[in-house]
Amino acid sequence: MTTNRTPNVSSNGTTHGGTATWTVKAGLAQMLKGGVIMDVVTAEHAEVAQEAGACAVMALERVPSDIRAAGGVARMSHVKMIKEIQAAVSIPVMAKARIGHFVEAQILEAIGVDYIDESEVLTPADDVHHIDKHAFAVPFVCGCRNLGEALRRISEGAAMIRTKGEAGTGDIVEAVRHMRAVWGDIRDIQGMRDDELYVVAKEMQVPVELVREVKRLGKLPVVNFSAGGVASPADAALMMQLGAEGVFVGSGIFKSGAEFDDGTAAGRKKQLAAQRAMATAIVKAVTHFNDPQILAEVSMSIPDSMRGQSVAQMPAAELLAGRGN
Amino acid sequence: MTPAPPPARAARATLGVLALQGDFAEHVAALEACGATAIEVRTRAQLEAVDGLIIPGGESTTIARLLLAFELMEPLRARIAGGLPVWGTCAGAIMLANEVTNLDRPPIAAMDITVERNAFGRQIDSFEADLDIAGIAGAPFHAVFIRAPVITRTGAGVQVLARLTDGRIVAARQGRLLATAFHPELTDDRRVHALFVAIVEEAVEHAAAPAEGRRA
Repeated sequence: MTTNRTPNVSSNGTTHGGTATWTVKAGLAQMLKGGVIMDVVTAEHAEVAQEAGACAVMALERVPSDIRAAGGVARMSHVKMIKEIQAAVSIPVMAKARIGHFVEAQILEAIGVDYIDESEVLTPADDVHHIDKHAFAVPFVCGCRNLGEALRRISEGAAMIRTKGEAGTGDIVEAVRHMRAVWGDIRDIQGMRDDELYVVAKEMQVPVELVREVKRLGKLPVVNFSAGGVASPADAALMMQLGAEGVFVGSGIFKSGAEFDDGTAAGRKKQLAAQRAMATAIVKAVTHFNDPQILAEVSMSIPDSMRGQSVAQMPAAELLAGRGN
Repeated sequence: MTPAPPPARAARATLGVLALQGDFAEHVAALEACGATAIEVRTRAQLEAVDGLIIPGGESTTIARLLLAFELMEPLRARIAGGLPVWGTCAGAIMLANEVTNLDRPPIAAMDITVERNAFGRQIDSFEADLDIAGIAGAPFHAVFIRAPVITRTGAGVQVLARLTDGRIVAARQGRLLATAFHPELTDDRRVHALFVAIVEEAVEHAAAPAEGRRA
C-alpha cells in the first residue's frame, strides 16, 4: 500500500536514496526490456499471459478492439478486477488511467499497481493537461507519435514511453510510422550543432536539457516499447528491428484464433489454447527478433491473427492516436 | 579474495550476457566499460563460446520459460558444473538459486542458497540503498533494488557479501558463482563488474595452466 513517501525526484536526473526515485521508476522499465506486455481483461487471461512468458500484464476492462466496438466512454478498469489479476500472477501488473485523470491514477497507486499507463485508448478526461506524473510514487508509461510527444511526456514525469500505433486495429502501419518518426527525429538531432538545439526545444515545446540528453544518448532517455497494432510474431519482430525495446500486445492475442470459436464451450476452449500459442510465439519472436529461422519456426504453431481493420480505411474521428499530443 | 579487483587486462576472456529478456544491454555496456569483451547470448553456440556469463535483471518467470523453450537450461547447467563463472543480478540471482519461493518453473539450481522473489513488495516499494560489499574496496556501493528478491538461506560453502541494515542478505558468492539482489548495471559504479571480470579471467588462466603448473 502507498504511504506518505516524498518522491525524491529531480527533473529526470539521478537521485539519491529511498523509494520512488527516478532511478527505480525508470529502472523497472529496464527490467521489462526484450519482453512482451500483454493486455488482459480477466485473471484467466493474466495466467495465460504469465504462462506464455509475458514480462508484465496490462489490466483493462476491454481490449482495445472491443473498446472500439462498444463505443461509449472508456474508463479505468474496475478496481476489483485489477486486484483479482494482481492476485493471479507474480509478474508486474500495469493498469490504464484516462489522460489527465489524476484521481484514477491515485486509485491505481493506492491498490499497488506496478506501472500506470496514461493512455489514449481510454476516453481522455482532460483535453489540455496530462497528469503531473512526478507527483506519484508509482511510475508511468505514456504513448507518443514522435519525439516531441515523447519528451513532453517525459518532462511531465513518464518513466517509460511507448509509441502509440493505432490500438485495436491489428494494423501495424501506425506503429511503424510512429517508431520511424521517433528514431528519425533522434537521428536529426544527432546531426545538429549544439546551438541548434534551442530551436528544436522551442518547436517541440520541451526543455532544452531533454533535447541535449537525446543528442548525447542517441536514444530516448527512458525505455521505449512499441504498441498499437502488433498481431503476429512477425509484427513484433518488425517493431524490434525498427528499434523498439519491447512490445505491448493488446487485441493481437485475445482476439486471435477466431476460426476456433464456433459458439460452443469446446470451441471456446480450443480458441484459448490457440491464443496461448500466439502469446508464446510472440514472446519467442521478441527474444529472437533478428533470427528469421527461429521466427519461421515460432510462426509454425500460431492460429489466425485477429481479422483487424485497415487504418487507411477508417474515418479520422475513430483514430485514437491523436488524443493527448 | 583480492580487496580491490584490478581493472580488466587486455581482453582474452569473452564474457557473455544472457539476452533472452531483461536489461542485458546495460550489462554488455558495463563489461565493455571495464575493458572486457562481451557478447549477447541467445543460442547454445553462443553459450559454448563464453568464458563467463551474466544472467541479467528481468522477469524470472519469463527467463525461466525461455531457458527451457530454447533448450539452454541443460547446457547451462553442464557448463556451470564444468566451472563456468556466472553472476546473476536480481532475476539472475533467482535463477541461480537451488530453492526459490514463488517461482513456477525450476531454477538453474547452481548455488546453495534460497531466494525469495519480490521480497519487498510491489514496485512502489522498490528502493536505493548504500551497501558495504565484502571484497569491494572504497566507498559504500550505491545499490538499486527493483521488485527485488532477498537471499533467505545460505549453505555451508556460500560467503555472504552484503546485507541491508536490517540484516537481510542481498549479495553472496559460492566459488565462481555470484548473486546480487540489486542492479550494479543501472549505475555508473563498475566495481562489481570488475570483480566478476577478475573471477572470469582467473578461471581462464587456471584452465590454460598445465595441470601441475603455475597458479593464476
